[in-house]
Amino acid sequence: MSDQVEDLEIQLLLEALFQRYHYDFRHYARASIKRRLIQARLQLGFPTISAMQDRVLHDASMLPRLLDFLTVQVSEMFRDPTYFKALREKVLPHLRTYPSLKVWIAGSSTGEEVYSMAILFKEEGLYDRTIFYATDINPEALAAAEAGVYAIDRIRKFTENHQKSGGKSSLSDYYTAAYGRAAFDKSLREHVVFSDHSLVTDAVFAEMHLISCRNVMIYFDRPLQDRAIGLFHESLARKGFLGLGSKESLRFSSHAGAFTDFVAGEKIYQRREP
Amino acid sequence: MTATPMKAVAIGASAGAVQALLTILPALPASFSLPVLVVVHVPADRSNVLVPLFQSKCRITVKEAEDKEPIQSGVIYFAPSDYHLLVETDGCLALSTDELVNYSRPSIDVLFESAADFYGDALAGVILTGANHDGAAGLRAVMDVGGVAIVENPDGAYASAMPSAALEATPSATIMNHAQIVTYLSSLGTAR
Repeated sequence: MSDQVEDLEIQLLLEALFQRYHYDFRHYARASIKRRLIQARLQLGFPTISAMQDRVLHDASMLPRLLDFLTVQVSEMFRDPTYFKALREKVLPHLRTYPSLKVWIAGSSTGEEVYSMAILFKEEGLYDRTIFYATDINPEALAAAEAGVYAIDRIRKFTENHQKSGGKSSLSDYYTAAYGRAAFDKSLREHVVFSDHSLVTDAVFAEMHLISCRNVMIYFDRPLQDRAIGLFHESLARKGFLGLGSKESLRFSSHAGAFTDFVAGEKIYQRREP
Repeated sequence: MTATPMKAVAIGASAGAVQALLTILPALPASFSLPVLVVVHVPADRSNVLVPLFQSKCRITVKEAEDKEPIQSGVIYFAPSDYHLLVETDGCLALSTDELVNYSRPSIDVLFESAADFYGDALAGVILTGANHDGAAGLRAVMDVGGVAIVENPDGAYASAMPSAALEATPSATIMNHAQIVTYLSSLGTAR
């Protein structure tokens, strides 16, 4: 019974966030959103979700704190090394044939994948001809991504992943360590545009050769997944590539027929041309 | 126990999980008619070896849980490594890469709490061997919604910490050994 009240409170809070701030989580997978909101309620010290809603409606400074619970994902550099290996060995040889390239990392969170992609393109000699778009809905995550500073204790895992991905250089070439932190080199973000963009409400903004959107749509319900995939399809150049998370798939999407499996095991798809 | 017909079984196991599950899951009859959702703590970078192992031993279908997949009766779903497994509000499975819970992903608490939300008193939750405390809060959630809470006897378990922690959180849970768990689950899943 009390649980039904809480479910209603969650529905109302999501509606309030949309009406007041245009952040639309209404079509996010509800079970995960619920966990995150309960975490937020406990850690921010509210007795109920309604009390949290009251506060965020009247106090805009509460919004970023709530957004952190709703959106921020801790990833790793070169998470799923075999994905980056497949990009390196199978996708980049195709991209190499273009004089200029656009790559979109959708849902870039705190930037781990952006730097991974930049390093991969540097190692393969494609960085200089590429513009990377790193987008997210959370301004604080975007700022963190742009800063490119990570706790030093995470570097060991990043390095291990980088090696497994077929890395041709040493990860330590790209950061300087000080005071328990590793700051990634600004040369990696010279070609990166960090920008606020929502897969839920925003539209196509450039023509891409590669879109990487991993473990983002897993939080969407089916209709919203479909919207995002449609957006990716429209954004891709002829025979452009789309990379998803290892447990994501186009299989259930109405756009499934618009793509072919390119590296099936790594969830890398190619736009199908008629 | 309760008179509500059960609609699903959730099982959580950690250290010693494979041996424990090998005595339980292959013993379920071919006619077993409930979905079984299983979280086992495995190292993040070991791709799923559990599914092929149990596929070869079980009499009912065994598969890795997929995101947004409708839950089917008589199927054993394993959480993929490095993803949380949840039951969505529409009765589909969902995966997430949310942060670790109890140092674990998948986490037993995450599965049990979301399953308790969806199934309410028609859920049976089973905590098996393990060396940490994951699952304790989840089993409590199962009990709180009127579901059936079962804990492997810590005295016979390969690692007693997890069943002990579950019992501490849910003292009224039923303590069973592997054979009793098999008998109980079989009675649930073939009764109709």
